[in-house]
Amino acid sequence: MADISIRQVYKSYGRTEVVHGVDLDIHDGEFLVILGPSGCGKSTLLRMIAGLEAISAGDILIAAKRVNDLEPRQRGCAMVFQNYALYPHMSVAENIGYALKVAGIAKAERLRRIATVAATVGLGDFLDRLPAHLSGGQRQRVAMARAMIREPQVFLFDEPLSNLDAQLRVQMRIEIRRLHRRLATTSVFVTHDQIEAMTLADRLVVMNGGTIEQVGTPSEVYHRPASRFVGSFIGSPAMNFLAATIARPGIATIRAGHAIAFAETDFTAPPGTQVEIGIRPEDLIVTSPGTPDAIEMQVEFQEELGAGRLVHGRFAEQDFIVQLPAGHKPVASLSLFVLAPAQAVHVFDAQTGRSCRAAACSTGPA
Amino acid sequence: MIERTPVLNLVTHLILLFGLAVAFVPMWLVFTASSLTIQEINAPPISFIPGDQLLVNLTAAWQRAELGTKLLNSLIVALAVATGKILIASLTAFALVYFRFPARMLIFWMIFATLMLPLEVRIVPTYAVAANALAPLQAILDVSGLSALWAYVTGVNLVMEWNLLNSYTGLILPLVATATGTFLFRQFYMTIPPEIVEAARMDGVGPLRFLRDMLIPLSRTNMAALFTIMFIYAWNQYLWPLLITTDRKGYGTAVMELKRLIPTASTTGGGTPEWNVAMAGCLIVMLPPLVIVALMQRYFVRGLIAADK
Ligand SMILES: Nc1ncnc2c1ncn2[C@@H]1O[C@H](COP(=O)(O)OP(=O)(O)OP(=O)(O)O)[C@@H](O)[C@H]1O
Ligand SMILES: [Mg+2]
Repeated sequence: MADISIRQVYKSYGRTEVVHGVDLDIHDGEFLVILGPSGCGKSTLLRMIAGLEAISAGDILIAAKRVNDLEPRQRGCAMVFQNYALYPHMSVAENIGYALKVAGIAKAERLRRIATVAATVGLGDFLDRLPAHLSGGQRQRVAMARAMIREPQVFLFDEPLSNLDAQLRVQMRIEIRRLHRRLATTSVFVTHDQIEAMTLADRLVVMNGGTIEQVGTPSEVYHRPASRFVGSFIGSPAMNFLAATIARPGIATIRAGHAIAFAETDFTAPPGTQVEIGIRPEDLIVTSPGTPDAIEMQVEFQEELGAGRLVHGRFAEQDFIVQLPAGHKPVASLSLFVLAPAQAVHVFDAQTGRSCRAAACSTGPA
Repeated sequence: MIERTPVLNLVTHLILLFGLAVAFVPMWLVFTASSLTIQEINAPPISFIPGDQLLVNLTAAWQRAELGTKLLNSLIVALAVATGKILIASLTAFALVYFRFPARMLIFWMIFATLMLPLEVRIVPTYAVAANALAPLQAILDVSGLSALWAYVTGVNLVMEWNLLNSYTGLILPLVATATGTFLFRQFYMTIPPEIVEAARMDGVGPLRFLRDMLIPLSRTNMAALFTIMFIYAWNQYLWPLLITTDRKGYGTAVMELKRLIPTASTTGGGTPEWNVAMAGCLIVMLPPLVIVALMQRYFVRGLIAADK
């Protein structure tokens, strides 16, 4: 059990800096997910925690101990790799027990612990097999068991599910969650799959371009995105954005002369500020033609999702998407009138991309 | 790839069979020749049908060339070359691939360059070194003035000599010092996924343990292949053993001593050349490499069954 503290950590490869001063506190026993687009530095950050990558500047503390100069084995972390990195010439049992063997633990004790851990992940019948003779899901479990057997202070996962098919991924996700509930070991999980991130995380870190955009619970990140990037990255289909100007508190005008109301208690920006309005497709409500300030969208095509229906179209020369609830009739007309409830409207500063949320638009720990 | 092309299959098989025959006929001739009497072998035309004198000829060859000691010598040399090669090559490659040290690539290219210098090319300097293995060290000391310093301080002239003529060391060392194996192991180590190295680091493994538990088991196929190649290479050496040994009785190798069986005017004294005995000697000398190939092939033919997909 340990908390992790990351203080002003930088990483450069030669001249290129890829992590630009990250501050993050990971609480003891928490399941923290790092989410971000490809190349944003998620793996690099994780590997610096693990000790596989040198830290260019800043400090990392595990259980209040500075680990910058410690070897991976001294940090008490176990890691699950994306492609599992199993030892191809060792059987499942040898793979799982190898860390104990290296640590010089007696054979009897080792076998006992291998059996226990293998049973936990459902590998009891495969102990003598070589990794090459296992399915992807089984290999994934071996990788998990190999990390678990050391009873580490911290679990590190680098996209461990991304090589599995969709169904297995969901199943393993649930198993990882269950395991964490039982062991309550501090875990850091890197992924670029937002469903995985939302479902697994106690807290979510959204990274972009080597910096942290937002830290918060999945619900906070979804409902109160701290920046335009977070708004667009979280949620599927993606948030609609409209350029607008603040007219007066609580009202923004879109170029076309439309006014959009937002909850002025949430967002503060002086009149005249250039902003971007963000509205999630699922928050829009269809209304009758001619409703004042309704958004009149040109319908292009529709997608049936089963649990709803997506209407793709254009508004104010931009792509615009509306999600209709299940059971809604297909839209027959060429245009669709929708309204955005004030509390579902997000306001971002057009210059900085940060949210104009009055308070609580923190990037720090929630 | 599975294709149905019966005609092409037939043609390719015929070509292969033809190649096999071309390769096999000389071997067969050696075998038949070594089973004929001296009269039969010297009577034209060449016989393709074996006779009944095989054992007689084998015994004659064995005794005349003293093949017992010679085979043992060859075996010692070939085994030592093959093992030494694997040891040195795997360790060198390990250092080159997994450690960052100054001039790493320079050293690699220097080792690589020796691929272009087979023993036959560098045989004169190699002989000079073998005559006194410490000569290069002496030269360094002389040039750097250290030996002069030593002579000045102690009043004793420093003369180092380590003669490798007529010794197993002399037979073995120059054959071990080639780059083939280093190159092979380096390329193999570089195909090992970096994640495995990292997983091992996370499991608390240090460098030597990694070599023992990961690299050596994973490169078993390579080792078997290299062992076979080096064994045959060392076994078949002719020129170098000829140079480095003057005491043929004690340090002659089998392949080199075969020449004693080749009939010349001096050995036959004008009589009929005994090609049957020479061929019988050939048969005996060919045998150990065959055994090695037979023993090793299951390792490298099977390949790395544990290979990760
Ligand atoms: N060894 C290296 N040398 C130079 N640049 C590197 C090196 N390793 C990573 N990078 C760069 O660092 C950045 C972050 O890489 P990182 O692997 O952390 O991305 P990531 O967020 O994990 O992406 P992905 O989701 O694709 O795995 C990338 O732009 C990458 O090009
Ligand atoms: Mg990554």
